[in-house]
Amino acid sequence: MTPCLKVRGLRTYFHSGWGVARAVDGVDLELGRGRTLGLIGESGCGKSLTALSIMGLVDPPGRVESGSSIEFEGRQLVGLPEAEMEHVRGNEIAMIFQEPMSSLNPVYPIGYQVAEAVRAHEDVNRDLARARAIELLRMVHIPSPEQRASDFPHQLSGGMRQRVMIAIAIACRPHLLIADEPTTALDVTVQAQVLSLLAELKEKLDMALLLITHDLGVVAQLADEVAVMYAGRIVERGPLPATFAEPKHPYTEALLKSIPALGLTKEHPLQVIAGNVPSPLSWPEGCRFSPRCEHVFDLCRNAYPDLAGTNGQAVACWLDRVGGSTRRSSSP
Amino acid sequence: MTVARASRPETAPDHPPDDPVSRPSPRRLPSLVRDSASIRIGLSIVVGLFLLGILAPLLAPVSPVEIDLNQTLEPPSRNHLLGTDELGRDQLSRILYGTRTSMVLGLVAVVVAATLGAAIGLLSGYISGLFDGIVMRTMDFILAFPALLLALLVIAVLGPGLTQVLIAFGIGGIPFYARLMRTMALSIREREFVQAARALGASPFRIIVRHILPNSVAPLIITTTLAMGLVIVGMAALGFLGLGAQPPTPEWGAMLSGSQARFFSAPWLLISPGAMILLAVTGYTLLGDGLRDALDPRLRQVVRL
Repeated sequence: MTPCLKVRGLRTYFHSGWGVARAVDGVDLELGRGRTLGLIGESGCGKSLTALSIMGLVDPPGRVESGSSIEFEGRQLVGLPEAEMEHVRGNEIAMIFQEPMSSLNPVYPIGYQVAEAVRAHEDVNRDLARARAIELLRMVHIPSPEQRASDFPHQLSGGMRQRVMIAIAIACRPHLLIADEPTTALDVTVQAQVLSLLAELKEKLDMALLLITHDLGVVAQLADEVAVMYAGRIVERGPLPATFAEPKHPYTEALLKSIPALGLTKEHPLQVIAGNVPSPLSWPEGCRFSPRCEHVFDLCRNAYPDLAGTNGQAVACWLDRVGGSTRRSSSP
Repeated sequence: MTVARASRPETAPDHPPDDPVSRPSPRRLPSLVRDSASIRIGLSIVVGLFLLGILAPLLAPVSPVEIDLNQTLEPPSRNHLLGTDELGRDQLSRILYGTRTSMVLGLVAVVVAATLGAAIGLLSGYISGLFDGIVMRTMDFILAFPALLLALLVIAVLGPGLTQVLIAFGIGGIPFYARLMRTMALSIREREFVQAARALGASPFRIIVRHILPNSVAPLIITTTLAMGLVIVGMAALGFLGLGAQPPTPEWGAMLSGSQARFFSAPWLLISPGAMILLAVTGYTLLGDGLRDALDPRLRQVVRL
């Protein structure tokens, strides 16, 4: 079976006066039909830009470099003319954003906005589009959608707005839904509701879901597979829950350790990863995590390890190559 | 620290935070008119003047161009409510027809300028880059001329007349709207809902027309209304200089200049067109100010504090 989405060597660079920022620098992703892939990583590692690159929404000075390959259902999206890309967006790939507060146009009622999304891609009349909009609002569990349809975005709560965004995104039954931090701006109980809604719709509509987040809990709950991103590259990917149970990359391991838990005290403080993500203008030589890695050794500083592995779990770490023996024992 | 806390201005509960996203929905016109005295008075004046102008043929006692050399320079009387001019033409009729000229022409000039300017500005702001640079420098070039000088330039080339006045103010006004709408486009195109619309496959044209324009109508309406007053004065100035309406077409500015010499012997000829210009400008300014207070929540908050 050909995967729904296959990204190979995706590089999105920003060419500026200060140099070339290699924000996304060789990302490989694969997402099967109807599967959910969690893309995780800390702020600034290139997660969102990867999503925008897939959508073809990178604005200058940013550019998807030649040699990148984004295959969607067997079709190459890199270099596709803008008019065809407009057709892909919304029809085949839809995206929802982090900020449900500002992702809706404040001057139109929500029902109208959902109906517009329907009309943008299907040749239906106004009444039919409105009926479809109400049906979609019901699908995302908005209570009494007939009444809510004439509400303006400011009259709804954040969770409701995100539901409306989801309704708009699924209006044309896309095969792939990219959710860029869909729950970050919501409070915890609402987060859970939105996540279960996404899971439900994914089943119902047989969509693939690319879930971008920095919340490991969200990924654990929803995703079939996970890809961990660091400094513009995928450092580890594999099936869940196996990958979280046995992380191979020190970065993944550190991320999992740094989840805050109840009962943290001064004696048992929160585990953190020291330092910051380096600047995309000058990534470190060799492994990009090496300056922050606890297990770093000479090889790490000189050469970048490729993503490789077995049983679906792949990792880009020299520790894994050199052998399990070096693991856990810090090298000189 | 209770003192400090007490002295802090409290936010009124009916006052939503100054956030464009959570601001109240655009209020309907009837409630705007009810709540603001400024809008009420301004709108009445403007609507009244338009009615006077449109209904001029019905309201005017005689034709505005009918000459009666037996009754020249009559002071206001029962027969001629506003007196007559040096050719015995009824001043009231001329004022009414002059209202028609000024109000309709002013509106057309402003609508033309606003439409073209808004289209240029929205495109320029949305496309940005080199296109934006070239367009905006051109606008700056036009803007460098004082409005009246530009109008004189157009008339010097095309000759005097009302159509030329229309062209002059129509073109001269474009840069103001272009600058305004470019700024709106630049800021709104970065808003998330525009990104979301793009992610759903909306074309640039659709984004400009359906997303950016509706979110920037408020400032456009305010500027347009306020500009109406300026254009009416400007057109009267051209008329006064003899470059606008040509005799015998009645026009406020031309009427002023025609009777300028008789200020002491026949002041009514000067007072009535002057009063009409004042009234029209006041009407538009009040309406524009009122609309700005009503449509721009940021400014309203400043005023209330």
